Amino acid sequence: MSRETDAVRDERVVADGESDLVAPRGAGRMRGLARHRLLWPVLVLVLLLLSNLIFTPGFFEIEVRQGHLYGSVVDIVRFGAPLILVALGMTLVIATGGIDLSVGSIVAICGAMACLRISDLGDQNEVTGVLAAIGLALALSLVLGLWNGALIAGVGVQPIIATLILMVAGRGLAQLITGGQIITINSSPYKLIGAGYWLTLPFSILVALAVTALAVLLTRRTALGLLIEAVGGNAEASRLAGIRSRRIMLMAYVFCGFCAGVAGLMISSNVSSADGNNAGLWIELDAILAVVIGGTPLAGGRFSIGGTVIGALIIQALSTTIYTIGVPPETTLLFKAVVVTVVCLVQSPAFRARVFRRRAPRPLPVAEKPKAEVAR
Amino acid sequence: MLRRLSAAVVLIAGLAACGGAGGGAAGGGGGGGGGGDTITLGFAQVGAESGWRTANTKSIQDSAKAAGIDLKFSDAQQKQENQIKAIRSYIQQKVDAIAFSPVVESGWDTVLKEAKDAKIPVLLTDRAVDSPDTSLYRTFIGSDFVVEGTKAGEWLVKEYEGKSDPVNIVELQGTTGSAPANDRKKGFGDVIAADPKFKIIASQTGDFTRAKGKEVMEAFLKAHKDIDVLFAHNDDMGLGAIEAIEGAGLKPGVDIKIITIDAVKDGMQALADGKINFIAECSPLLGPQLMDLVKKVVKGEQVPQRVLTEETTFTPEQAKAALPERKY
Repeated sequence: MSRETDAVRDERVVADGESDLVAPRGAGRMRGLARHRLLWPVLVLVLLLLSNLIFTPGFFEIEVRQGHLYGSVVDIVRFGAPLILVALGMTLVIATGGIDLSVGSIVAICGAMACLRISDLGDQNEVTGVLAAIGLALALSLVLGLWNGALIAGVGVQPIIATLILMVAGRGLAQLITGGQIITINSSPYKLIGAGYWLTLPFSILVALAVTALAVLLTRRTALGLLIEAVGGNAEASRLAGIRSRRIMLMAYVFCGFCAGVAGLMISSNVSSADGNNAGLWIELDAILAVVIGGTPLAGGRFSIGGTVIGALIIQALSTTIYTIGVPPETTLLFKAVVVTVVCLVQSPAFRARVFRRRAPRPLPVAEKPKAEVAR
Repeated sequence: MLRRLSAAVVLIAGLAACGGAGGGAAGGGGGGGGGGDTITLGFAQVGAESGWRTANTKSIQDSAKAAGIDLKFSDAQQKQENQIKAIRSYIQQKVDAIAFSPVVESGWDTVLKEAKDAKIPVLLTDRAVDSPDTSLYRTFIGSDFVVEGTKAGEWLVKEYEGKSDPVNIVELQGTTGSAPANDRKKGFGDVIAADPKFKIIASQTGDFTRAKGKEVMEAFLKAHKDIDVLFAHNDDMGLGAIEAIEGAGLKPGVDIKIITIDAVKDGMQALADGKINFIAECSPLLGPQLMDLVKKVVKGEQVPQRVLTEETTFTPEQAKAALPERKY
């Protein structure tokens, strides 16, 4: 029994998907937990949060202020909500073997559209008008997702090229909608989405939770997740096997557009203004990073929604950490780069196998051999 | 015979080609020199990161139209490489003059030398470059950011005159490495350094945007329980921070005093409402002055190396008076 077998088993555990969380079979519960692929991202997140305690003793304090939860951890979740949403859509797209670079632009377009409609309202606090504006913006996000999907699944353009079109053109579109200005609105119903609270909880995180739950239900409680993975593994083979692979891909891009749209509403609602140029700028890169940190490979074929959520939280926790411990702005990017590199390396099974073999060449017990075969 | 004929044909064809090329070059020269009647100005804008910037863009576009100058405009979306690309393309298009607002202070020497070699005059607007070779650009028109920071600091010193309690200040910086961020920080820091009771307890970049201003201020509020003053390098970050302060159950302008720079309309509104305490103006309306300078430079006239824009400061009362006429 060599370390290679272990690495292979690591791979298998990763491929087992979400079901692994519920029932770690064979080697025992503890071992299953230790082998679980979410272990490393979770560990990094916990470490990152704990490291704040050294600099800010009250980091984990949560109090109720003005009838809602207030604290650094609440902030991380609240500001992380748009990233979680965008990364969620990105996960499914990446799982089909594609990528969506246009999410940042969709964020800007949807926020701009909603704010423009609301600013045109006679009474900005009128709920029906705000709902109509939100509906219109979300419909627009679906259309933009459909456009991406049609280019990729219908015409057959490479995903990176197809979405690059909307990434570049979309910023222009957002500028066009806002007229190059920052649209400032003063609408309390709209403010609820990104900056409001419901039952003391930040509303934005409730929305993110709802969309996450929906995605988990659809992909892990129906065959959809399996179909997406099949398409990502080999689109042609899955088509020959009877899967409508084009339709699956189209759906993934539409869902991704929708998620970005909701995130766009949140981001613009959080500051009660639409900024065509800066809203969601570079969020596509953060989203891809979150997906990768969460353990979804860029090659497609398998995905982890839980991992993506944790990945997004790691990125936001990192930003908040930088602000709270006071890393000088000049070194912020370097600091981020170092942490992200470490995170990516630590969660890579191949890297761990190599380093740990070199550092600790422990003799392997013979008794493990039959167990490994059981697991196989 | 046939060979001689074909040689003649080749010769004639060659001559024709030379003539064609010569004509083409002359035509190209004529096109570039044709700026005699209408001046072509290439302008590389930073982006549209704030209300201030969009007012600046509009002023330049409007005054170019009014001055009869053909404006080629590009938006760099806060990226230096985009701006360099835009300037290179202006050089290739042989515009009569190039104006731009550098995203960051350093790294411009190469592209500015290219413009100089192409004999295209360069004008800097609103932000400076830190190159020691001042022959790379003709003039720099814009605000003195150090003075803006100084004005902000002077107000603070006056506000806390005669009190000896320590004053805890948090600072929201502009884009890291940009001239306004560096200079406003310096101007403000130099003034308050005279009195040890003033202490900057946290300073982070908010990228001149509302969203970042809010996010960073939220973190400041959790990390430091005793913030007395917020100094934001522009109105938009201040406006974002106001939301964060209100979310924490504090009163902006009262529990935490707020000083910003710029005086855009939304900022002036907040100042009039008492949520901001003091704004040092940074006027974006430098279009008309810029067009005058462009005309002079293209004609070959001498212009001063540094041209300042006219600016003032606002208190809440002055903001109430000025607000109805505020265009941006």
